[in-house]
Amino acid sequence: MAVDFDLIVAEGLAALAAADGSGALERWRVAHLGRSAPVMAALGTLGALPKEDRRAFGQRGNQARQALERAYEEAAARVRQAELSRDLEAGAVDVTAPGRRRGRGRLHPTTRTLRKIYAIFGEMGFQIYRSRDVETDEYNFSLLNIPPHHPARDMWDTFYTTAPNVILRTHTSPGQIHVMRERCPEPIRVILPGMCYRYEQITARSDIQFYQVEGLAIGRRITMADLKGTLTAFAHALFGSEVRTRFRADHFPFTEPSAEMDVECFVCEGQGCPVCKQSGWLEILGCGMVHPVVLQNGGYDPREFSGFAFGMGPQRITMLMHKIEDIRYFFSNDVRFLEQF
Amino acid sequence: MRVPLTWLRDYVAITDTPDELASRLTYAGLEVEGIEYVGLAPVTRPVAGLPAAGRSGPAARGLAWDPATIVIARILEVLPHPNADRLTLLRVDDGSGAEPVVLTGAPNVFHLKGAGPLPKPLKIVYAREGAVLIDGHKSGREIITLKRAKIRGVESSSMACSEKELGISDEHDGIIILDDDAPVGAAAAEYMGDVVFEIKINPNMARNACVLGIAREIAALTGAPLKPPALGVTQAGPPIAGRVGIEIREPDLNPRFVLGLIEGVTIAPSPYWVRRRLRLAGTRPINNIVDVTNYVMFELGEPLHAFDFDALVRRADGRRPTIITRRAGPGERITTLDGVERALDPFTILVCDEAGPLSIAGVMGGAETEVADTTANVLLEGAAWNLVNVRRTMKAQDLPSEASSRFARGVHPGLAEKGVVRALELMRQWAGGTVARGLVDSYPGRPGPVVVDITPAEVERQLGLRVPAGEIVRILRALEFSCEVVGDASDPAAVVRATAPDHRLDIGSGHAGKADLVEEIARIHGYERIPETMLADVVPPPHPNRDLEREEQARDVLVSLGLQEIVTYSLTSPEREARLALAARPEGGAEIPYVRLANPIVVDRVVMRRAILPGLIEAAAANSRNTDRMAFFEIGNVFLPRPEEALPGEPRRLALVLSGARTLPGWQQGDRAAMDFFDLKGVIEELGEALAVAGVEFEPGERDGLRPGRSAAVRAGGEAIGWAGELHPTVAGRFGLEGRAVLAAELELDPLLRRAAERFTVRPVPVYPPVKEDLAFVLDRAIPVSRVQEVIRAAGGPMLAGVALFDEYAGEQVGAGKRSLAFSLTYQAPDRTLTDADARKIRERVARALKDELGAALRA
Repeated sequence: MAVDFDLIVAEGLAALAAADGSGALERWRVAHLGRSAPVMAALGTLGALPKEDRRAFGQRGNQARQALERAYEEAAARVRQAELSRDLEAGAVDVTAPGRRRGRGRLHPTTRTLRKIYAIFGEMGFQIYRSRDVETDEYNFSLLNIPPHHPARDMWDTFYTTAPNVILRTHTSPGQIHVMRERCPEPIRVILPGMCYRYEQITARSDIQFYQVEGLAIGRRITMADLKGTLTAFAHALFGSEVRTRFRADHFPFTEPSAEMDVECFVCEGQGCPVCKQSGWLEILGCGMVHPVVLQNGGYDPREFSGFAFGMGPQRITMLMHKIEDIRYFFSNDVRFLEQF
Repeated sequence: MRVPLTWLRDYVAITDTPDELASRLTYAGLEVEGIEYVGLAPVTRPVAGLPAAGRSGPAARGLAWDPATIVIARILEVLPHPNADRLTLLRVDDGSGAEPVVLTGAPNVFHLKGAGPLPKPLKIVYAREGAVLIDGHKSGREIITLKRAKIRGVESSSMACSEKELGISDEHDGIIILDDDAPVGAAAAEYMGDVVFEIKINPNMARNACVLGIAREIAALTGAPLKPPALGVTQAGPPIAGRVGIEIREPDLNPRFVLGLIEGVTIAPSPYWVRRRLRLAGTRPINNIVDVTNYVMFELGEPLHAFDFDALVRRADGRRPTIITRRAGPGERITTLDGVERALDPFTILVCDEAGPLSIAGVMGGAETEVADTTANVLLEGAAWNLVNVRRTMKAQDLPSEASSRFARGVHPGLAEKGVVRALELMRQWAGGTVARGLVDSYPGRPGPVVVDITPAEVERQLGLRVPAGEIVRILRALEFSCEVVGDASDPAAVVRATAPDHRLDIGSGHAGKADLVEEIARIHGYERIPETMLADVVPPPHPNRDLEREEQARDVLVSLGLQEIVTYSLTSPEREARLALAARPEGGAEIPYVRLANPIVVDRVVMRRAILPGLIEAAAANSRNTDRMAFFEIGNVFLPRPEEALPGEPRRLALVLSGARTLPGWQQGDRAAMDFFDLKGVIEELGEALAVAGVEFEPGERDGLRPGRSAAVRAGGEAIGWAGELHPTVAGRFGLEGRAVLAAELELDPLLRRAAERFTVRPVPVYPPVKEDLAFVLDRAIPVSRVQEVIRAAGGPMLAGVALFDEYAGEQVGAGKRSLAFSLTYQAPDRTLTDADARKIRERVARALKDELGAALRA
């Protein structure tokens, strides 16, 4: 029986060319490569052929089948590719439409600034020490070299409670005494953060509650040069390594000598602008060498030990960095403010 | 304090520009808060030797007087105005040769109208056309340029100036009549132009609340010599001794009392330059006697008080008056200079005579013995008072003044005598009269000398800068310490022995005294010369702050869960907290009192909070108008008074508030349902998990303020740590959140964070695949899910790796009072792949246990 394999292949390829899409292709595969396909049927007759013809017949038949299979694979790949392209095209989205927001949580801006301060001083070996908000008059004033009725007390407008000698701390400085008494005679490097309270009118520039961050370093050879170096390093880390600092004499009863550190205004680079009130400088913190009376009250002998302390307002720093004009934003908690951080 | 430059120049040569001087003083701790130009023009040049960048001074203001148009002139004649009775025309000599006529309404030359040429022409400040001045007729300081104008038919292009028009003061009642020495034709700026520095005086600088004090600082800072005013007085009268007595009953409160006497004075206005200086310094001239007391107070820092001596003699019935200083007696009252009758606290110290109180010591004089226009004989008081006592009195009487605020900061008793001597001489010069010989001086509280030893080594130990003994001595001497060097001045151990001058009360003894000197040395030597070094001292041993670490970790977890951190005021009011019933009884038991302010400043911030939630709910209410989704947390202290202790407990709490849509609004479909109890619970569960706190559990429980059936007690490791639930609709309404589901929780943070495991154990990741199976059970609705899960876990044994509720159904298909709970169970073995038979065995155990223990039926 003569089988025209060439014809089978030619007919198959012609039919394949007409098959578009994966359905037609599958039908073609069943028709031309399935069990009852002509080439398969022809190969199925192989056993009935004379022995001497079988080899040549089988060879031709297999070649024909392989040719069809190859053609099929190529066509299938083409169809898959075409279909994928169609899908991709159909699945395009408008990437300019807004993304899906899950609603991110945020830290309070003061927490962010506090963490920055912790991190900078942490690198310089300062630990964090916290103490209570409601204090005794003794810790808030007397032990810090501010005796009762002393004119220096006018520097702090104080909230008194109905309990005798119990006040709301006006600064984080009572923590200096707490930490010294706890750790004496170890050397100390601590940052004392916390909420403070002042009997003041609530305005855009002052609030009855505010955060303060204080620092204290006590050791056997700590100098005012170390104070200047440490705080300048802090200013560089927080505001940029190019800002200049200046130290002016000032007065705090618990430090002597005392100073105010100004940072060159980073808004106008020292040229004068509304943020620095045209002065070119921003008041950032008060500082000084720990007063010998305070050292003594903390248990340290001023003949052996010296130290420095400093205090700043993280809210004020946040205000300067982000040009915030009203300190009341911090505790009024309007999400339209908070969401900007 | 306001300090005129020309006054400073009486005592020290100044070559700095005003900006330079301001910068120098500011660096040295005398912060110049403002510079006001009164006539002189600002001179700008870089501030030499000081590390100032760009601008460095305070904002300057004021008015410079143009030398060409504002000059000294003299009035030759006061002529009537042809058309106006109240105006006059001044024929003046302005040094130009012409004799211009100036129109004025000044009342202080009106009496000379039509009197013909003045025998002694009056010197005035004359402004020509084009001069820039302040408009005298407008309030505030509006700058105008003088233009030609016709007033009632008379043309005028120039002006005789008042103080207001020149920016000296707000005085506009008449024109300035200058002293006779004023040179006609000279520029007014040159003759009397000035610059006023507004200087902040810190409490440790009380000695510098005077012009001489500032001059002394400038001398020390610049190296120029200090020229203090001469302290001599011509005493031509009979001795004061025997004519007045002093009795000090409280030497602790009144260490010194000095009296001087001047007789036959003529009360009149002071010379114009004195009045101008007083005005520039911020006080109003009164008459020559009172002005002297003020002038000397501004000059030397010693407040003085002048009595009408005859009034004292009258009160003593013609006998010798005795001044008595003592505390106020019970019910004692005094009428002060301001005409107010005042009740006196028993601590108030008074200056009295035998007839009664004369003045509140150091604070305000009495009306009866004050200097009046008729006074001829003046008894002058210079005293020293205990600063604490004066401060209390000043506050109690609410009488801050230039004098009382100086005494309240401390005035050295050494100044009492100097002040009296200086003032007697000035009275003699300005008011005439004869000064009685000698003083009556009672000085029971003479302080001993304050001597402090300091070495260059000690200075270096504090400053990190070597300051040689010679420089230390130079600085201290410039500040009028007397110094001697013990030992070789080039040796760092050389002792500089410094004795404080008798105008300083701020130098302590011992270590405090050394610190005081180190500050003076650093200030004057210059802070900018101290180098900047990094800490080289021993690093302290570690003290990890786990509390803070865990608290910050909790913040991070809550933020990662989409919550916004909030910080609210710790000060609140009981009414605010009472709106949330659960805040009122923090521990469920008896009500704890509040930490209450004795001096609140606003009515709604009078106590320290006992709970955080009320403030947080307020924040939510305030935000509810502007946002759909609120997810807030606050970590902070609450303040709970303790029965046996002075100070309250300050436990840390975590408060949570959730309300509104679960997801942010968007343009696609999302879960827009409102958050409910399980959103809140999920946050707390995730927090517990993130902190590795074992056993965070919720138990059904009713709670005042929370909605019944939607509240739970929260426990950690068996300990009650707080509450979580939905606000009772009534409570939500009280906060202005009616109609919203508001989920709220307040948890004790310390017991929660204390349980945070640092070293939790990590389980191996399974190698073999798990088998998952979903099972649903029908059971009584009253049985809580937690109980069902407990039974499943117990029955499932070690190979039951996970139980998760994924559906709840209640309805007809399961019958009344029942519900169906569907769980996804995960079976897992560490050492092999489980077979269907293994799974079947576990399932059968679970189903049997649920049936036996809870009567649950497995749904097909």
